[in-house]
Amino acid sequence: MVSGLINANPVVYEKKERQVRSIATIPDEYAVEPIDQQEIFDHIRDIKDPEHPYSLEELKVITEDAIEVDNERSYVRVTFTPTVEHCSMATVIGLCLRVKLMRSLPSRYKMDIRVAPGTHATEAAVNKQLNDKERVAAALENPNLLDMVDECLAPSYG
Amino acid sequence: MELLDGNLELKEIQNLQGHTDRVWSIAWNPATAAADVPAVFASCSGDKTVRIWEASPSTRSWDCKAVLEETHTRTVRSCAWSPSGKLLATASFDATTAIWENVGGDFECVSTLEGHENEVKSVSWNASGSLLATCGRDRTVWIWEVMPGNEFECIEVLQGHTQDVKMVQWHPTMDILFSCSYDNTVKVWWSEDAEGDWSCVQTLGESSNGHSSTIWSLAFNAKGDKLVTSSDDLTLKIWEADIVRMQSGDGYAPWNHLCTLSGYHDRTIFSVHWSREGIIASGAADDAIRLFVESKDGLMNGPSYQLLLKKEKAHDMDVNSVQWFPGEKRLLASGSDDGAIKIWELETLPG
Repeated sequence: MVSGLINANPVVYEKKERQVRSIATIPDEYAVEPIDQQEIFDHIRDIKDPEHPYSLEELKVITEDAIEVDNERSYVRVTFTPTVEHCSMATVIGLCLRVKLMRSLPSRYKMDIRVAPGTHATEAAVNKQLNDKERVAAALENPNLLDMVDECLAPSYG
Repeated sequence: MELLDGNLELKEIQNLQGHTDRVWSIAWNPATAAADVPAVFASCSGDKTVRIWEASPSTRSWDCKAVLEETHTRTVRSCAWSPSGKLLATASFDATTAIWENVGGDFECVSTLEGHENEVKSVSWNASGSLLATCGRDRTVWIWEVMPGNEFECIEVLQGHTQDVKMVQWHPTMDILFSCSYDNTVKVWWSEDAEGDWSCVQTLGESSNGHSSTIWSLAFNAKGDKLVTSSDDLTLKIWEADIVRMQSGDGYAPWNHLCTLSGYHDRTIFSVHWSREGIIASGAADDAIRLFVESKDGLMNGPSYQLLLKKEKAHDMDVNSVQWFPGEKRLLASGSDDGAIKIWELETLPG
């Protein structure tokens, strides 16, 4: 079969079981609850891959372990693993992760998004672009790119 | 400098709200530096507008006098007043640079400069107001000549940067143009004779003690013999040139690395500005503003700079622009991702 896809046959993994947080365990509904790894993961696990009908979790592009949170410093770092080394979709995936977290986390949070070391041919260039907020701002003013990002993010708002 | 002996405070005197998206850049009108005229500055934002703020003579506070909208269709990234303060240039992601004239209190767009392929990121006037420079994502730097009747003619398109160009800035006294880029270099552009071609006469790169990541901004001291650059590599670097020799017509004087200020900011340093009395202000993605001055102690091993003051949580989010007021008062304006503009006064505390 001839395919225009970057990775025509990705490996699909099982989804991690969802932990439902019990309301009863929260003693005070007005208390500031620290944001943890699982909460970040829940925000981004259902983001759809730009070229497959699978979620980033199902393709193991992101795992819970690849999320680092430092609540005191209001800092989050997400490390993602593109499915193939030459994945030209890496910047789009990174952009989706950044946009979803920008929209979900309190504005005081600082975040870094990066590809896992050694998993992408142009790792340094991808990381630099994803963390240049001027480039991110310009990209999000591009209607075609924004549509693509919003389409990938749609399942994650479920 | 006697500043080091005093007990200083950077006091917030006003928090200006109005922009509905991040504030990218601020520019004081140089014609309003005198004590007997109300101080004016412009701000531009991701909300596609430019706002003009003017101090009220009685209350010493700033009010928004005008909102320049419906001209730029995307983020307005940078703004700059002509030396006379009569014209305001605004650079936008919509690929254009607009020129605004203050006509009896109303700002009219009198010219639109087109030519860049996509996002324009910075604009700067030369000292005499006869030339304008712009730069952008298309990796080029353009020089425009200011013609009679608000006409602007492109006289040069400078190529040399290998990535998008973040900022352009003219030297404060001479027609030497500086540009800094995502390609981690600063380039110096100069034309040996007035009619000649402009060319890149120097590149300040990592191999010449330069930065190891994107350079976001640069600024000069009042004399114009020192340059400071700020970067994503979390450092500020100070450069020096024998500008007196160059002013005497003795050819190009190269810029040399003087020192590196590292270990102060935790995240990208987006903005740096040098006050007329020698205080360097920096604003960064760590939400803080820092002030530095030349330290006397370092003179034995060449000049060094030390932290004068650190203002943590100056804003709720990234600080994108810090600009000293060009007049007598020690006022600093800052703009942030939080949409606010703050006016600060550097005060010496008693005791």
